[in-house]
Amino acid sequence: MQPVLLWSDLFIWLLVAAGVVGAWWSARQPLLAAAWARVGRSRPGMAAATLLAAFALIGLLDSLHYRPQLPAQPGEKPAYAVEVLSALDALLTPLRTRVEKTYSAPLATRAYAKEMIELRQTDGTLVNQRDFPRLRHGGASLGDDEARAGADIAGRALSALAFAALVWLALCALAARRVAGRAALGFGAAWRKLWRGDTAFAWDAVLVALGLILAVAAVFVGLAVEYHVLGTDKVGQDVLYQVLKSVRTALVIGLVTTLVTLPLAIFLGIVAGYFRGWADDLIQYLYTVLNSIPGVLLIAAAVLMMQVVIDTHPQWFATAAERADLRLLALCFILGLTSWTGLARLLRGEALKLRELEYVQAAQAFGVSDLRILGRHLLPNLMHIVIIALVMDFSGLVLAEAVLSYVGIGVDPTMISFGTMINNARMELGREPVVWWSLLAAFAFMFVLVLAANLLADAVRDAFDPRMA
Amino acid sequence: MADARDLGMTSAPLLDVRDLSLGFATDGRVLTAVAGISFSVAAGETYALLGESGCGKSAGALALMRLLPAAGRILGGAVRLEGRELLALPEAEMRGVRGSGMAMIFQEPATSLNPVLTVGRQIGEVLARHGGLAGQAARARAEKLLAAVGIADPARRLDEYPFQLSGGMKQRVMIAVALAGDPRLLIADEPTTALDVTIQAQILDLLQDLQVERDMGMLLITHDLGVVARMAHRVGVMYAGELVEEAPATAFFDAPRHPYTQALFAALPDLSRRGARLATIAGQVPALSAMPAGCRFAPRCPHAWARCRDESPGWSPAGDGQRVRCHLIEEEGRRRPTPASAAASAAAAAAAADVGPLLQVADLKVHFPIRRGVFQRTVGHVRAVDGVSLALAAGRTLALVGESGCGKTTVGKAILQLLAPTAGSVRMDGREIAGLSRRALRPLRRRMQMVFQDPFASLNPRLTVGEIIAEGMQALLGDAPRNAQETQAAVAALLAQVGLDAGAVDRYPHEFSGGQRQRIAIARALAVQPELLICDEPTSALDVSVQAQILNLLGELQSRLGLAYLFITHNFAVVEHLAHEVAVMYLGRIVERGTVEEVLRQPQHPYTRALLSAVPPPRPAAGGSIIRLPGETPSPAKPPAGCHFHPRCAFATAECRERYPDERALSATRVVRCHLYR
Amino acid sequence: MLAYVVRRLLYAIPILIGVNLLTFALFFVVNTPEDMARMQLGVKRVTPEAIEKWKAERGYDKPLFVNAAAGGVGVLTETIFFEKSARMFVGDFGRAEDGRDIAREIRTRMVPSLAIAVPTFALGLFVTVSFALLLAFFRATPLDFWGVVLCVAMMSISGLFYIIGGQYLFAKIFRLVPISGFGEGLDTLRFLVLPVLIGVVSGIGSSTRWYRTIFLEEINRDYVRTARAKGLAETAVMFGHVLRNALIPILTGVVVVIPLLFMGSLLTESFFGIPGLGSYTIDAISAQDFAVVRAMVFIGSVLYIVGLILTDISYTLVDPRIRFG
Repeated sequence: MQPVLLWSDLFIWLLVAAGVVGAWWSARQPLLAAAWARVGRSRPGMAAATLLAAFALIGLLDSLHYRPQLPAQPGEKPAYAVEVLSALDALLTPLRTRVEKTYSAPLATRAYAKEMIELRQTDGTLVNQRDFPRLRHGGASLGDDEARAGADIAGRALSALAFAALVWLALCALAARRVAGRAALGFGAAWRKLWRGDTAFAWDAVLVALGLILAVAAVFVGLAVEYHVLGTDKVGQDVLYQVLKSVRTALVIGLVTTLVTLPLAIFLGIVAGYFRGWADDLIQYLYTVLNSIPGVLLIAAAVLMMQVVIDTHPQWFATAAERADLRLLALCFILGLTSWTGLARLLRGEALKLRELEYVQAAQAFGVSDLRILGRHLLPNLMHIVIIALVMDFSGLVLAEAVLSYVGIGVDPTMISFGTMINNARMELGREPVVWWSLLAAFAFMFVLVLAANLLADAVRDAFDPRMA
Repeated sequence: MADARDLGMTSAPLLDVRDLSLGFATDGRVLTAVAGISFSVAAGETYALLGESGCGKSAGALALMRLLPAAGRILGGAVRLEGRELLALPEAEMRGVRGSGMAMIFQEPATSLNPVLTVGRQIGEVLARHGGLAGQAARARAEKLLAAVGIADPARRLDEYPFQLSGGMKQRVMIAVALAGDPRLLIADEPTTALDVTIQAQILDLLQDLQVERDMGMLLITHDLGVVARMAHRVGVMYAGELVEEAPATAFFDAPRHPYTQALFAALPDLSRRGARLATIAGQVPALSAMPAGCRFAPRCPHAWARCRDESPGWSPAGDGQRVRCHLIEEEGRRRPTPASAAASAAAAAAAADVGPLLQVADLKVHFPIRRGVFQRTVGHVRAVDGVSLALAAGRTLALVGESGCGKTTVGKAILQLLAPTAGSVRMDGREIAGLSRRALRPLRRRMQMVFQDPFASLNPRLTVGEIIAEGMQALLGDAPRNAQETQAAVAALLAQVGLDAGAVDRYPHEFSGGQRQRIAIARALAVQPELLICDEPTSALDVSVQAQILNLLGELQSRLGLAYLFITHNFAVVEHLAHEVAVMYLGRIVERGTVEEVLRQPQHPYTRALLSAVPPPRPAAGGSIIRLPGETPSPAKPPAGCHFHPRCAFATAECRERYPDERALSATRVVRCHLYR
Repeated sequence: MLAYVVRRLLYAIPILIGVNLLTFALFFVVNTPEDMARMQLGVKRVTPEAIEKWKAERGYDKPLFVNAAAGGVGVLTETIFFEKSARMFVGDFGRAEDGRDIAREIRTRMVPSLAIAVPTFALGLFVTVSFALLLAFFRATPLDFWGVVLCVAMMSISGLFYIIGGQYLFAKIFRLVPISGFGEGLDTLRFLVLPVLIGVVSGIGSSTRWYRTIFLEEINRDYVRTARAKGLAETAVMFGHVLRNALIPILTGVVVVIPLLFMGSLLTESFFGIPGLGSYTIDAISAQDFAVVRAMVFIGSVLYIVGLILTDISYTLVDPRIRFG
């Protein structure tokens, strides 16, 4: 295979690197480290972080792209497929490739709509009959014994749960051993201490969240080898696969956007607050102008214009994936360019306060250069606001993606995202009987992701806001 | 006053507090902040609860009102007001007690009044709640109350909002609100700490008059021995959540018995100890989470022995209504003689210095434009500093004294060029520095540095102490190439110089107490070997015992390094202790200048005289007339015509209203700006 | 105070010019009119003549800023900038792709938009402020805790879900109200109930939490302690003191959106088939009708600036420090 680095992959891995550097830096800063330790104590925060880590894992797996090698004769130059796949796709190959004809309900063995099928009667004659056709893949191993489906599903789910329970207990034991090592306790005492919630790090919350994740994941895996756990959509694609693929899109929108926002907001906000004067006037003017255009409309206008650019320059993109990817990135940039104003205003206000503080004046009395004062005295003391804004914005952006995609100014229609899933599925609510699973799966996954982000944001804000401490 | 005191001792107590304990819940634990205090206040009596910050005195007062913040818990004890147990009352009944049984006034008049309600409404609420008054009757009553607290034109003030009142007036309104329910007991929590001395004197007078008039009991919470001496009939001293000494005021000031109280008195700077080291209390107040088992003062007590560390002392009577919680009363022989204060004659030694002035400021002006109207045109100027001239020789200390808003801090910042002066000259060693470019200023910055007021805002919380101290060196001594080792050695030497452990280098500011932080700030300033140090109220945020440490350090550094200090302060005790010369500022101008002996012993300008007499001395009033200044300092945006001081001056003449007086030298060292002297 | 308001009004002028220039740059500089024509007519197999015709029909055939060919004032007026951007200041928005006058369309569509947006706004404000006040009143109790949990959960739900779920539940399952549409006269009410309700419910989570934070911040201030020390009951403290002061930060966020109510709600209107400005915008976006989007951007920012001015004026009503300061 041939590795492919999409632009959004680059940004994602850059973010991972930035996260690692940031973690290293804040570990060295006792105030930041103490704040993070406070986050670590928060049960909802840590449970949410565990969930987000699971989502992040999916997203990162989905950010290792490659082009598979096509089967070639020995001696020939290897050829590669046009299609760009990711590590996640490779893992989910069965889900990705086992496509049905059209809609099927979760865990169904037959399609959702009746159609004319040819039935071979016992006497060997063919009869045309209107019925629910058997699915190609859903419950295929059952053969004709469809009645066994319920028992089969229950059996698979139970054995998956049992497996998950084993893994979970092992993880619990590992955590307890770690607690025991830290506190110099016996294993039993550490175990009780852990479950009393008496530890400096909210191990109990992490373990409970892990348990839930393991249980759900195990059941999904156990059943997905045989069934479409969340059903299939109009073109027969597995909904679970789509939901998992949507995670990366959401993460990119939620994170890469802030990557654009942060430098702008930090630089302009601090400069306006510290230097005041004409720089302040100019920056304030800039963000008032940007702010005064209603967000959706500004985004809509920018996205429309971007579409024109993309559509009139088809020669720029080698593959459809590349085009969709660039459109996603462009959306992130547009969202970033239109949403830096709030944080900049916040930072400006804070910088105005900080510049009057005596340690800044002490530095000025030493003739320390302005740039150094900004970097050494202002920025580190504004970091908590930046961190709070970063986590608070994430959930809003994930929600916004769905709305924007619905309005038609979101991601490329070919890119799987929560927004496109909802958009494709919502028309089907009018059907009788209703097709609900695609919509509900998208909403449920999005809800869990956003809820986790909100809970983590709360924990982070409580820990970092000096007024709370 | 003496009979009131007797009255307090004999009549049944108005307020009786028994074993009151309270704590604050943090992280699922309750940390005890006040551990079983008992005292009583009689009608017509003022009981002062004295203590340094964090000793639990304010929390105790709030507990009496059952107004502790959400995390606060009353852990036990009894509070009886006129025989009625308050802690057991249902909340609804307790509300009836608040405001009418006892009322409270707070430290910050600026934040304690609701900013969006009129004064009349805020007083009216109490009248409606406790007197059932409404409408015209309430208004008339509110007007009377405002008049009673000394507010001129009360009818107009009723319709005004707090932001339209000055600080002193706000506190008067606060008192009117408290009095509106006719309380039997008034709790005053540091009622004058946020106010200037001349206003403090007014408010203290008012409180005293009102108390006598209404025969109220008053619980006065303060950290200021001067306020105690001025107001109290009886005194209770709190330390680390416990009451450690209780005595009638006279006995208390004659013979404080607890080692902590004695140390507090010894730490007070004053002219009699001029040039000498002040006594200090070693160590710090213990944290709530780590209270010593025995006597809580034992770790810092010079007399402590084994028993003190094991056994918490009970009350011992010490005669004349005085009682003390100290084992020394039983074992007087254990008392160790306090070391005679070594006379490190910093002030005296430098007096001989006779060289040209190091710093010369002439006609310095700093004006801030006031912009108004549609186009934000400049319609006037706040004349924060309006023609200040002063000179300071090497090794000397010039104290710049004045009340808040007089422009003294602005002078300091303008000298350092942290603010651009509007006009005037600042010469350092004869070289003009006003208006120099940043680049040209750099070499001169090394020679003068500043120590700021707030030890919590003056150190960057994200840098280590080592980085903080090295910053100046790197910025200003960068031309002399230094390696990391040299810098490290220099930082260690500086830390030793200010009395800090070398281990502090890698720690962060939040790990240090206020006094230690101020030492770090001094070390930072010293790092570039300045000749002039501008100290902007460096001790006003510190407790008395810590203030003494810092003053001692400054004195030592001056005698060792020959530093010149421009000492900006409002505290005359500190001026007396360490300054050679004094300049008194009023509304942006220096009204009187001279040596400490001249200005403090024989003040000439009426303002200086009033200012000095407004400071309550930390001993019971020795008689002598007290000059009370009427009104408050006007805004520097609209200073009165003529002499700025004339509206408040008892000696003002027609000339004073027309012309600002010129400088007039009364002696070689003394200059006054007043028409009385010509 | 008058000077203050006049100053805010004057400050709006450069902002509006900025908005105008920005939209102009976005619509005409990023892409040339040729690009737009190509896009509208389909990228492939488009003749230069068709492009020219498309441009001429819409008045895009003029130069951007300077028309050297025209004489007199025409040098400046017969340009795309003047005709498409500057003329928006006098309410001339040109014509949509379907040839209708945009200004007229906006006037007629404003009514249904307001019919939805105003009740949603008013009811929503009332519900969220009351709910927040309730939580603040019972702060640090289980009621407060679960209330906040509910808020966080509600704000984690996509706005689309509220609409789709609400439509499905109330219109399709229970058949209480029509799924979508808009009527005349009193009949309208039937169509309004559901969108308004959904609009209110979807806003509860985040608004309540925000207001609660503001209330709690005020409750911790010194003057509240003073009010309690007077012996006032907790309700008197909340309504007489806390609410009055909390109004100031609440107004900052609330007044500014009032003028924007004219714009309607994009999602609600398009889902419920309400012929307002929101659905007009959505349709324009999906039809890539640049003229309409441009007009809406401009109107939106004008309304926002009006909102800013209203906010400033409302301060003078609730904050005596500004009224008399």
